[in-house]
Amino acid sequence: MTTISAAEPSRRDFLLVATGAVGAVGVAALLTPLIGQMEPDASTIAAGAPLDVDLAPIAEGQIVKVFWRSKPIFIFHRSKRDIDSAREVNWHTLPDPAPDSARVQAGHEQWLVLIGICTHLGCIPLAHQGNYDGWFCPCHGSQYDTAGRIRQGPAPANLALPPYKFASDTTIRIGETAPAKA
Amino acid sequence: MSGYSIYKPQNPFMRWLERRLPVASLVYSSFIAYPTPRNLNYWWTFGAILTFMLGAQIVTGIVLAMHYTPHVDYAFNSVEAIMRDVNYGWLLRYLHANGASFFFVAVYAHIARGMYYGSYKEPREVLWILGVILFLLMVVTGFMGYVLPWGQMSFWAATVITNLFSAIPWVGDPIVTWLWGGYAVGNPTLNRFYSLHYLLPFVIVGVVVLHVWALHVVGQNNPTGVEPKTEKDIVAFTPYATVKDVFFTAVFCLFFAWFVFYIPNYLGHSDNYIPANPGQTPPHIVPEWYYLPFYAILRAIPNKLLGVIALGGSIVLLAFLPWLDTSRVRSAKYRPLYRQFLLIFFAVVIGLGYLGSQPPEGGYVIAARILTAYYFVFLLIILPLLGLFETAKPLPNSISESVLREGVPVGASAPPPSGAKA
Amino acid sequence: MQIRRAVILSLAFVAFVAAPFGCAALAQEQEAPPLQRWSFHGPFGMYDPQQLQRGFKIYREVCSTCHSLKLVAFRNLADPGGPNFTEEQAAAVAAEFKVQDGPNDQGEMFQRPGRIADHFPPPFANDQIARNANGGALPPDMSVLAKARGFERGFPWFIFDAFTQYQEDGPDYIHALLNGYTDPPKGFTLPPGAQYNKYFPGHAIRMPKPLSDGQVEYTDGTPATVDQYGRDISAFLMWAAEPTLDARKRLGFQVFVFLIVLTVLLYFTKKRVWHEVLHHPELLEPRPPTEYRRG
Repeated sequence: MTTISAAEPSRRDFLLVATGAVGAVGVAALLTPLIGQMEPDASTIAAGAPLDVDLAPIAEGQIVKVFWRSKPIFIFHRSKRDIDSAREVNWHTLPDPAPDSARVQAGHEQWLVLIGICTHLGCIPLAHQGNYDGWFCPCHGSQYDTAGRIRQGPAPANLALPPYKFASDTTIRIGETAPAKA
Repeated sequence: MSGYSIYKPQNPFMRWLERRLPVASLVYSSFIAYPTPRNLNYWWTFGAILTFMLGAQIVTGIVLAMHYTPHVDYAFNSVEAIMRDVNYGWLLRYLHANGASFFFVAVYAHIARGMYYGSYKEPREVLWILGVILFLLMVVTGFMGYVLPWGQMSFWAATVITNLFSAIPWVGDPIVTWLWGGYAVGNPTLNRFYSLHYLLPFVIVGVVVLHVWALHVVGQNNPTGVEPKTEKDIVAFTPYATVKDVFFTAVFCLFFAWFVFYIPNYLGHSDNYIPANPGQTPPHIVPEWYYLPFYAILRAIPNKLLGVIALGGSIVLLAFLPWLDTSRVRSAKYRPLYRQFLLIFFAVVIGLGYLGSQPPEGGYVIAARILTAYYFVFLLIILPLLGLFETAKPLPNSISESVLREGVPVGASAPPPSGAKA
Repeated sequence: MQIRRAVILSLAFVAFVAAPFGCAALAQEQEAPPLQRWSFHGPFGMYDPQQLQRGFKIYREVCSTCHSLKLVAFRNLADPGGPNFTEEQAAAVAAEFKVQDGPNDQGEMFQRPGRIADHFPPPFANDQIARNANGGALPPDMSVLAKARGFERGFPWFIFDAFTQYQEDGPDYIHALLNGYTDPPKGFTLPPGAQYNKYFPGHAIRMPKPLSDGQVEYTDGTPATVDQYGRDISAFLMWAAEPTLDARKRLGFQVFVFLIVLTVLLYFTKKRVWHEVLHHPELLEPRPPTEYRRG
C-alpha cells in the first residue's frame, strides 16, 4: 500500500509497540470491572456471615436443618447408640475412609455438623433413613451413616464438613473455624 | 464491492476458511484496503466513535441487567444496590448513564457533519435515511432506558411521553392504554420497556450494518464534496483512517471520563433520585438534555395534536433533506449563504435545548416559538430556495488539487518538494 | 474566519432572543443557597471520616426519630471511604437498633437486635404511619437525599460548574435549609403546621426546626453550632448517598493519567503514520488498478 521510509524504522517500531502495549493494558484493565461485577456482591457476602445456632433446644436423636450461605446444614444431636454404631465399623473399608473422630470436634462427639448436600449430584438427603441410621438420598440411592459417611450408592465422598466452632457448649458458630490448638 | 486490492491468504487455515466463509476478505476489503478520501477531517471520526459507544452501551447494559430488577417495587432499590454493593457497580452504572449522553453527543456531531458537508446528497440518500432511522431508534431506546430506574423523572417522563399518543384522533386513547398495559404507567409498562430496551440496541446493530454497507457501496463523502477521481485522492482505510479514529476516540474518552468519574450526576436530574410517586408530579418535568430541543418544539405549539406533529416532524423531516436541499453543490465550504443559515440553525437547536429546560412561562414561550419557526422555515423554505438562488464558490477539480491548492498539502508544515523525487 | 464570524453572529442572535426573557423568570426564583466548602469537592476531594462520624451522631440522635436510612447497612459504617468505624463499632451500633424479623415458628413477626448485615430500620413501619405521626407530611428517606436535592444554578453558572466539578448542590441546599429557619417576612401567610424557611421551595416547610446550638455533644472539640451541625449532617448524607466517592475519584485519576498517556502516544502514532501522505505523497506506491463505483 504505502512505502515505509527506510529511515528510522526503530523509532517507528518503538512508538507502535508502546502504543499497542498501552492500549492492551487499557483493554485488560477494562475487563476487571466487567468480570469482577459477577463476583458475589457486598450484600451477598454480608448475608453469608457466620451464623450462630443455639444447640440447647435440639433433643437427643434429633436432626435439625439450618441454612448458611444458602446451603443446608444438618446438625445432629447423636445418642450414644448413634456414636457407637459409627465407631464399631472398620473405617478403613469404607468407600471414603474416615474415622468417626475426624467427623466431630473433640469434647463434643455428640454433635455432628454436616453440609447436607449429597456428594453425588447435589440433592438433599433425607434424615433418619436408609440402612445405616443416617441419611438416604432419594435421587440415586446413596446412603450415609451416623457420621455422615458414604456407605453405599454412587456418591464418591462423605458429606462435607462446614467450618464451625463451638462459641460455647450450647452454641456453635457456623462459618468460623476454631483457632488451631498449640 | 469494487475490485480493489484483493485479500490473498497465506496461512493454510485462512485459505481453508476463506473458501467456506469469506469473513477475512470481507473485513479486509471493508476496513483495511477500503479506499478512503485522504482529506477527511476529524468530523469523520464520529462514525467510529458511535460504533465504540454502541459497543460500550451494550456491554455495560448487559452486565447491569444481571443485577437490575424490572418491577416497580424493586427497581429503584436494585439500582441503588448496584451502586453500593455490586463490585464496580457504581462504575458500570455511571458509564451506562453518561454513556447514553455521550452517545448522543457523538450522534449530534455526526449529523452536523452530514448537514454541513452535504453527505446526505445523491447518491447517499439511503445512507442518510438509514441514519435518521438509527437516530429514531436511539431516541426510543434512550427514553425507555431512562424509565428503568423508576425515579420521579422516570415515571413522569414515561407518563408525559406516552400521553402524547392520545393526541392522535380516534385511536389515540386505545393506543395509550395498549402502550401502558393498564390505566396508567405502571408495572406492565416498566416490564415491557425493559424488554424493549434490551432488544432495540441489537436492532440498532442490524441497522448499523445496513448503514455501513450503504456507505461502502457509494464511498465516503469528503470536506470538498468532490468525489475521489484518481488514486491520488485516496488512501487505504487502515492504517490511515483507523489511526485517526482510534486517536480521536481516545480524546473522546477523556471527556467521557471527566463526566463519569468527576461529575457523574451533572447531566442528570436530581428528582430522579426520588423514588417514583404516582400521586405527586415534580414541579418541572424535564427530559434528559439530548431531548430538550424537541421538547421545546413540542411545548412551543399551543395545540396538542399540532405540537405532537411538530415534534415528530422535526425529526422525520430530516429524512427528506436530500430532496429539500435543491443545491447541486455538496459542501458548505463552497456555499457561503447556506453555511450562514446552517450555523444559525445549529445555534437555534442549542437555543431550543436551553428553552426546553426552562419552565414554559413568559418570555421563554415567545422565544421558543420564534426558534421553532426558524427550525421549520430553514428546512422547508430556506433550503429549497437556496439551491435555486445561491451562487456557490468554484469547486476544486479534485481532492488532491484542493489538498495541494495553496501549494501546501493538508496538515503539512512545509511545501512539498517541487517535481522530482526527494 | 468566515465560519467564526457566522458562529458568533448566530450565537448573538440566539442570546438576543432568549436572554431578556430569561431575566424575567429569574426574578421569581428563590434565593439560591450559599455555596459551602466541602472536603469532598473537586478531583482530589475525599470525605473526612471525623466529620462523617459527627454527622452520623446527629443522624442517630436527631434525624433517625423521623427519617429512615433504608438503603444504608450497618456494615457500610465500617467500609473504606466512610466514617471508618471498626467492624466491632459497627456491630455495636447495629445492636442498638431493633430490626424486624420473622415469621417465627408461631407465624409472628418479632423484633431482634440489629446485626451488622442489616440495613438501618425505618422509624415507622410504613409511610402512612409516618404521615400520621407528622401531621400528614412524610419525612423522606435520607439514603439518597443529598443527590435528590439541588437547585438551579442558572446561566452561565451551570456551564462553569462542569469545569469546576461542582456536584455539591445537594449538601449546599441541605446545609442552607437547616440554617434557614427565620421569621416569615411581613405579609407572608404561613399555612397551619408549617414553619418559614428561606430556602425551602415555597418557603413553608412542615419539618420543625430540627437543630439548635448545643443539642448534640461533640467530643472532639468541634463547635456545637447549628452551622457546624448543618455541615456535618450534610457531609454524612452525601456519604450515605454516594459512599463510593473516594474510590471513584481515585480510580478517575488513574484512568485520566492512562488516557492522557494513551492519547499522546496515539497522537504521535497518527503523525508518524500520516507522514508520507502529508509530506511526500509522490512516494506512495501506485496501487493496483481499481474501479470506483461512484455516483
